[in-house]
Amino acid sequence: MSTQTGIAIEEVTGLSERTLFQRTLANQAFWVTVAVGLICLATAYETPTFATLGNFFNITRNFAAIGIMAMGMTAVIITGGIDLSVGSVMALTAIGAARVLEAGYPWWAGCLTGLVLGLLAGGVSGALIAYVRLPPFVVTLGMLSIARSLAIVLSENRVIYQLGPGGETFKAIGGGQITLPWFGDATLALSNLFLTLLVLAMIVSFTLKWTAWGRYIFAIGGNENAARLTGIPVDRIKLQVYMFSGLTAAIAAVMLAGWQGSASNGMGKGYELYVIAATVIGGANLMGGQGSVYGAFIGAALIFLIRNSLIMFGVDANWYDLFVGLFIIFAVLLERIRARTSG
Amino acid sequence: MALLELRGIAKHFGAIEALKGVDLSLEPGEVLGLMGDNGAGKSTLVKIIAGNFPPSEGEIQLDGKACNFHKPVDARAEGIEVVYQDLALCDNLTAAANVFLGREAKKKVGPLKILDYQAMYARAAELFAELKSETRPRDLVKQMSGGQRQAVAIARTRLSDAKLVLMDEPTAAISVRQVAEVLDLIRRLRDQGIAIILISHRMPDVFAVCSHIAVLRRGRKVAEKPIAESSPEEVTGLITGAIQAA
Repeated sequence: MSTQTGIAIEEVTGLSERTLFQRTLANQAFWVTVAVGLICLATAYETPTFATLGNFFNITRNFAAIGIMAMGMTAVIITGGIDLSVGSVMALTAIGAARVLEAGYPWWAGCLTGLVLGLLAGGVSGALIAYVRLPPFVVTLGMLSIARSLAIVLSENRVIYQLGPGGETFKAIGGGQITLPWFGDATLALSNLFLTLLVLAMIVSFTLKWTAWGRYIFAIGGNENAARLTGIPVDRIKLQVYMFSGLTAAIAAVMLAGWQGSASNGMGKGYELYVIAATVIGGANLMGGQGSVYGAFIGAALIFLIRNSLIMFGVDANWYDLFVGLFIIFAVLLERIRARTSG
Repeated sequence: MALLELRGIAKHFGAIEALKGVDLSLEPGEVLGLMGDNGAGKSTLVKIIAGNFPPSEGEIQLDGKACNFHKPVDARAEGIEVVYQDLALCDNLTAAANVFLGREAKKKVGPLKILDYQAMYARAAELFAELKSETRPRDLVKQMSGGQRQAVAIARTRLSDAKLVLMDEPTAAISVRQVAEVLDLIRRLRDQGIAIILISHRMPDVFAVCSHIAVLRRGRKVAEKPIAESSPEEVTGLITGAIQAA
C-alpha cells in the first residue's frame, strides 16, 4: 500500500509505533511523578525537616492506607465501575475486628473478621452490580450509607480501644515497622502499612499484566459487550473486582486500627474522595479500560504530599480539600485533552 | 454432505414472527450472500446460527449432527465464528489481545500460568500475514482504520479451526479502498475451505465474492440459488417483492 501516495502518508504517520520517549510524555503517571518530585524539591528547599528519613517514614505510612485502597479502586475503575463505599467499609471492618478482639478472641480472629466483612460488603455491592445490573454509582452510594450505619450500630457509638488479649499483636501488625540499614549509622524505617502497600502493588501489577483475569478486566472496561460475546465470564469478574475493593478497604482499616490502637466508627469518612482522586490523578479513566497500579500509587503519594507540604509551608490545613479537588479536575481535563489530540 | 443444514427455522418474539419456516444449506467453501430488506429477518437468522438465542421451531444441523446452542460460546466450540457488525473489539487493547480475547495463550512459570505474549504476538502476526493485512499485532485497535479493524475481527475467526464464518455487514461503514481489502479477506477465507454467510446490503459486494445467494422477505426465504443464475435486478426484485420468488 505504501506505493499509493496521499493516503499512505497519513496512514504511516498516524499508525507508526510511538517511541518510548513519546509514550512517556503521553503518560499521565509520568507527569504526576514529575509533580511529586517538584513538590518534594520545593518543600525540601523551604523546610529542612522535610527531606529526612523520619519524615519519609511518616509520609509513606500516611499515604499507604489510601494507596492500598487505590489498588482495589484501580481494578474497579478499569472495568468501568466505581466504588464509593470504601471509606464506610473501612469503618465497618475496623469496628468488626475491634469488637471481636474486645470480646477476648485472638488477634487472627479479629483480623479475619475484618477481612471477611470487607469481602462481604464488596460482594453484596458486586452481586447487585453484576447480576442485577444496577449502576455501580447508586449501589456503592447505598453501601456507603449502609456500612457506616452498621459500623455505628455495631460500635454502640463509642471508640473501641480495649482490644483484649489479642490487642498487642493486632497493634504490632498495623503499627509495626521494619528498619533497614542506610548510609553510615542512619537507618531507614518502613512502616508495615507502607510495606503492605508495596507488596499489594506488586501483586496487582503482576495480575493486571500477566494473567487472563487482568486482561479481562481491561476488556470489560473497553467493550463489555465484546467481552461477553467472546465468552469472558463478565458478571463473575465484576463481582470479584468489587470484592477485591472491599478487601483492600478491610486491609487498610485493620492496619490503621492497629496503628492507632483503637477503632472508631468515624474512620475513613470522606476517604472515597481521596482514593478515587489518587486513582484518577494517576491516569485511570472513569469511563473504564484504562488505569495502572503505578499511577494509583503515585497519585496517592501526590495527594498526601500536598497535605504535608501545605502544613510545612504554614498554610491553613482547611485549604487541603480544595487542592485535592483541583487536582482531580485537572487530571480529568488532561485526560480529555490527550484523548482529543491523539484522537 | 452439507456443512450446515437449517430445516424449518422459525422464531417468534411475542406476537411478532421474525422467521417462518426457513430452510438453508451450505457446503464447505461456499460463500452465501444473505440479503433482504431491513426487518426481513437476516440478523435474527444469523443470531440463531451463532447461538445468541434458540429458534422457536426447526432444527440446525452441523456436519449432519443436530445442534442446540444456548450461548455464542457453544456455537464457537462447534466451529462457528461470527464477525459482528460492530466487530466486538476492545479499543483499549492491542490487535493481538483482541484476536486472542477469551482464549489467551498461556505458559507455565513455576506454579503460575501466565499470559504468553510472545506466542500471541507471533501467532497474530502469522494470521495477519495469511490475510495479507498490514495490521501489526502490537498496535492498539483504537488507532486503526476500518479495514484493519475488520482484519482483526476476521483474524479472530482464524484462531481455531472454524468451519463456518458468519459476517454481519462487514462492508457497511468503511471506505471504498477498505471494502476491497475486506472482500479480499473473504476470498482468502473461502480458499481455505471455510463456508461463509455474508449479510450485506451492498449488491456489488455480494456479487463480487458470493457463490450463492439467499433472499429473505418478511421472515420467509424467497430464493436460494447460485449467483451465476441470478442478477442484481432479480435480487432487487426479490428483496422488494416485485418478484414473488425464484
